[in-house]
Amino acid sequence: MSYLQFVFYFFSALTILSALGMITVKNPVHAVLFLVFAFFNSAALWITLRAEFLGIVLVLVYVGAVMVLFLFVVMMLDINIAKLREGFVRFLPLGVIVALAMVVELGLILGAKYFQLAGHPQNQSMLPNTEALGNVLYTQYVYPFEIAAVVLLVAIIAAIALTLRRRPDSKYTKPEQQIAIERNQRVRIVKMSAEGKSK
Amino acid sequence: MALPLAKQFALMVPELFLLGMICAILVIDVFLKNSQRNVTYWLSQFSLLITGILVLTMNPGERITGFDGAFVSDPFSVLLKLFVVGITIAVFVYSRPYMRDRELFRGEYFVLGLAGVLGMMVLISAHSLLTIYLGLELMSLALYAMVAFQRDSGRASEAAMKYFVLGALASGLLLYGMSILYGLTGSLDITRIAINLAHSPHPEVAVGLAVVFIVSGVAFKLGAVPFHMWIPDVYEGAPTSVTLYMGSVTKIAAFAMVIRLLAEALPSAHIHWGGMLELLIVLSLAVGNVIAIAQTSIKRMLAYSTISHVGFVFMGVFAGTDAGYAAATYYVLVYALMSAGAFGMIALLSRKGFEAENIEDFKGLNQRSPWLAFMMLLIMFSMAGIPPTVGFYAKLVVLQAVVQVDQPWLALYAVIMSVIGAFYYLRVVKFMYFDKVEEVVPVRLKLDAGILMSFNGLALLALGMFPSVLMVYCTAAAGGL
Repeated sequence: MSYLQFVFYFFSALTILSALGMITVKNPVHAVLFLVFAFFNSAALWITLRAEFLGIVLVLVYVGAVMVLFLFVVMMLDINIAKLREGFVRFLPLGVIVALAMVVELGLILGAKYFQLAGHPQNQSMLPNTEALGNVLYTQYVYPFEIAAVVLLVAIIAAIALTLRRRPDSKYTKPEQQIAIERNQRVRIVKMSAEGKSK
Repeated sequence: MALPLAKQFALMVPELFLLGMICAILVIDVFLKNSQRNVTYWLSQFSLLITGILVLTMNPGERITGFDGAFVSDPFSVLLKLFVVGITIAVFVYSRPYMRDRELFRGEYFVLGLAGVLGMMVLISAHSLLTIYLGLELMSLALYAMVAFQRDSGRASEAAMKYFVLGALASGLLLYGMSILYGLTGSLDITRIAINLAHSPHPEVAVGLAVVFIVSGVAFKLGAVPFHMWIPDVYEGAPTSVTLYMGSVTKIAAFAMVIRLLAEALPSAHIHWGGMLELLIVLSLAVGNVIAIAQTSIKRMLAYSTISHVGFVFMGVFAGTDAGYAAATYYVLVYALMSAGAFGMIALLSRKGFEAENIEDFKGLNQRSPWLAFMMLLIMFSMAGIPPTVGFYAKLVVLQAVVQVDQPWLALYAVIMSVIGAFYYLRVVKFMYFDKVEEVVPVRLKLDAGILMSFNGLALLALGMFPSVLMVYCTAAAGGL
């Protein structure tokens, strides 16, 4: 077994184990952390395939941004695990059928002639693929790249235009008005004559 | 890989200028008080005007591609861009009083509108599958937000939701077709796809599969039957000013996408998409014209009329000849003009607290404002295809193109359907001229909107008298594809 094979099996085993852990642990926060670990190991697998850009992006985007958001959401939700596990037996037959169908489909694809390892082109270029992507992204593809940026800008404008609003019925405090308050707005001095002793 | 040359950037100066103005307006608008919102309006109109002038002056007069085939400037794109920019100016003029009355007169409306125009220009000049998709999404994203702009209206939110979900579905279909096409040809560039496909070793059925998805995607975006379900609901639910925008200019851009995808990338697959278009045409003409008769809301009626007009546009494309593409281009440009006039009229007749969205609301318009009634008459006649308005000539050239490719029955069918359709257009005319109303509310019209509406209506008449003025450019555009 070569060193590369050892690395591959090591990270594949960790990926599968963490994926299993993700669906079996009771605590949802632990499940998310297992998912993060699975992504991390998949990123390592990408790097063994000489696709280091995909590996880095997987860590940066999924682990760094998406999963952190996911973790926030999971922590804030009050999930009742017992309720989620109800009906496990009832849905088991359906789940088994779907799983079997997927296994058969995967088998068909992996057995097809286009997906054999021999037909799979190796990355022959000596250029690291981050550099290769960088070379075309701002030259050959500069126009589509910039349009994609404009699409994102429009998405931001649209999101803000549709959600930023003043609701007259919502109760919120305005700190700038709170600190500018004056004494006579808070305290009212009422002059009255002294009352007689109660009997 | 070499950097794009300055020469290539010179091709897209109008787009660059518009993008710069969008960013500038976005920032300037933040510093304006609500009472100064007119500044945003005039800045938007100014940017559109200059963009139009730049399109004209930067016109290379021939077909040039840039950015490794991602961008193309040809007579077709110049003609369509000029119409998009010009009609958007009219759309903004018509919608200003409407938006102000409904407290929708906000800077974002114009920024999104301009971003939509940018998307359309990108789409019209797209020469690779990548830019077609990005231009389409830029345009659609702006439209989704504009439909949802009236946030307190349940109808508008519902329309926006439907439009968004179905639009995403259509984009998905289109992308699926594009990915198969890429798999078959190994290229995103439209010219190279056409060449590779002509000598393709792949089975015919694989090409057919890609074409099915692409035709479904574009039919969804244009609203041809059976992909038309969203059109009436979205047209009715959206604020009239937005319906006006999406009913007129976006059709031009969507048509450009059809030409780039079907006529330029897939000419060798005409046997596949010809039959599909024929089915779309037959269904669109029938559903559009017959169901429109039953409508009481004029916005819904015009939505169904859109569907039938899309059928006519597809007929020109279906012919698959240069004459057919020229006829379809002519039809879609004229349609955008008519549609801007018709929806603009609804916006102008609405006032604070009142929407002129029922056909009944046009009753006795002749008593209230004879001139506007005459303009509406011209628009309706043109939509119905009655001479001497331009609608007649537009239908004529499309039918001619279809007859030339030996499909006289399709032409005959289209004529019968237009005669059925003439009924509901003429009903509006009857309401305006022959029905009386008890209380005559005079129409208060802004000077700029009045002048532009007169120009819009009279243009339909003038083009009908001298159709070749525009036809020359359409023929040149189709010849340069």
